[in-house]
Amino acid sequence: MLKLLERTHVRPESLAVLIGLAVVMAILSPVTGSGVRVFLTANNFFNIILASATFGILAIGATYVISAAGIDLSLGSVLGLASVSGAALVVTLEWPWYFAIIGSLGAGAAAGAVNGFIVTRGHVPAFIVTLGMLGVARGLALIISDGRGIYGLPPEILFLGQARPWGIPTPVFILIAVALVAHYILAHTPFGHHTLALGDNENSARATGINVRRQRMMLYTISGLMAGIAGLIFTARVNTGDPTAGLNYELLAITAAIIGGTNLFGGRGSILGTMIGALIMGVLQNGLNLMAVQAYYQQMAIGAVLIAAVWLDQIRTRGRSLQ
Amino acid sequence: MSLLELTGVEKSFGAVQVLHGVDLTVDAGEVLGLVGDNGAGKSTLMKSITGVYSTDKGHVSFDGTDVTHLDPGERREMGIEMIYQDLALASQQDVANNIFLGREPTKRMFGLIPSFVDKKKIDRQAQEMLDQLGVHVPSVHIPVGMLSGGQQQTIAIARALTFKPKLVIMDEPTAALAVREVESVLKLIDQMRTEGIATILISHRLNDVFDACERIVVLRRGNVIADLKRDDTDMAEVVSYIVGAHG
Repeated sequence: MLKLLERTHVRPESLAVLIGLAVVMAILSPVTGSGVRVFLTANNFFNIILASATFGILAIGATYVISAAGIDLSLGSVLGLASVSGAALVVTLEWPWYFAIIGSLGAGAAAGAVNGFIVTRGHVPAFIVTLGMLGVARGLALIISDGRGIYGLPPEILFLGQARPWGIPTPVFILIAVALVAHYILAHTPFGHHTLALGDNENSARATGINVRRQRMMLYTISGLMAGIAGLIFTARVNTGDPTAGLNYELLAITAAIIGGTNLFGGRGSILGTMIGALIMGVLQNGLNLMAVQAYYQQMAIGAVLIAAVWLDQIRTRGRSLQ
Repeated sequence: MSLLELTGVEKSFGAVQVLHGVDLTVDAGEVLGLVGDNGAGKSTLMKSITGVYSTDKGHVSFDGTDVTHLDPGERREMGIEMIYQDLALASQQDVANNIFLGREPTKRMFGLIPSFVDKKKIDRQAQEMLDQLGVHVPSVHIPVGMLSGGQQQTIAIARALTFKPKLVIMDEPTAALAVREVESVLKLIDQMRTEGIATILISHRLNDVFDACERIVVLRRGNVIADLKRDDTDMAEVVSYIVGAHG
């Protein structure tokens, strides 16, 4: 087991945190009528994964850019833009159902490509570009939708968010499929190797003939595409293209990636680790919900987890470099 | 015909012109020492050869082909390797991945999914290469950042030599090394010479340059001001060229 974790670059600690947190939440959660802890019911299990699916996919995008020593703060806003873009094409313009998919994924990838273009061509720090995009994408989402939700999507799209083939919600299948492909690319292809090397030492990547500019461009586009997929799932789940969808989700996504073992300064990242990170965030949110903790406190808890995770990582790496 | 031929290479950064029309040739199997004061343009010149910098004017031809407009990856394919002073290793990636960085051999997974990095092959060949160079590292699976300076230097050299280069540029390969490690690097350069690999050695340590190189080129303020045979010159003359006291 430890060997598997090592091979997939997952930290045993993050798995331990996940299990520990789940135990705590199980103990603290209220009891149902039939005497079972609410946290432990199958329904609640799916609730956790369903909620984690949206920001889990965002976290995959975050893992790609962060492990290449970049950052994408626009993930949540691009999710919102993708959500209304897909819905507007199908509901407002009454185009065929599959344009919801094309619209969401296209809008996400396009926003990511714009980020990548400005970062690589304009030499503007990614922090600034994606912070700007956070505002631009959200504003654009509100303009497209006129500030209101675009309600009433065709059944083909609702299937992607609400159906339960074999009793398992469709978004879970989508998350697993996306995660598997993302894992394969990051861990086993030249593209993945180059991504980690680029985050590790940009000079090294350039010296060995890796096209650093193209690599970065693609990473931000992938990140945007992930926000597009997450936006599509969001739309399908709530049957609405929602301009406020994904508000503050970049916080969840980046935190999930970091506690999953992605190095904030680049060079290390694992999709499996990020999935564990996403589940940790999901369990945390869900458990606090069950205990009827106000959303305001949840927001604080998530922010604190992010800071604590990076702090601990700093202590670890500093300890290592002193050895 | 020369292996490498530079004609009238000029390069500026903003208003500062660093290279003022450099002409330089290197033959196959030749070991050339490139010396000059800090800021003479040595690194810029080398990066113009590897393609990391594009030249403003002039031509770079290699092995009979004009490579002036090729990118670093393409020039590397043609057999130009450079070992940087900072080694340009990715410290969190393992030894084997560093050696094969940018040139990962791939296979199809289940005979189907393409471009799957053949990690087994990378590990095996990296180990073979290190054995061939007589380098000992604990394992090809440990991150490069955990190795000593000398070990990292040899990893960088192994990376340069794995793909049968025709020209290897070494920027201060001996500056940070212990005496015994310097000797093994110089021995390695000699071994490369016998295999017909040309080397450009950049160094401030004239002892090493005189030890390894048959020909010494002095760069001063972006111009080649001397092109000397080792056997016709001495350290005093080279130093006088470097500091600009000659002529």
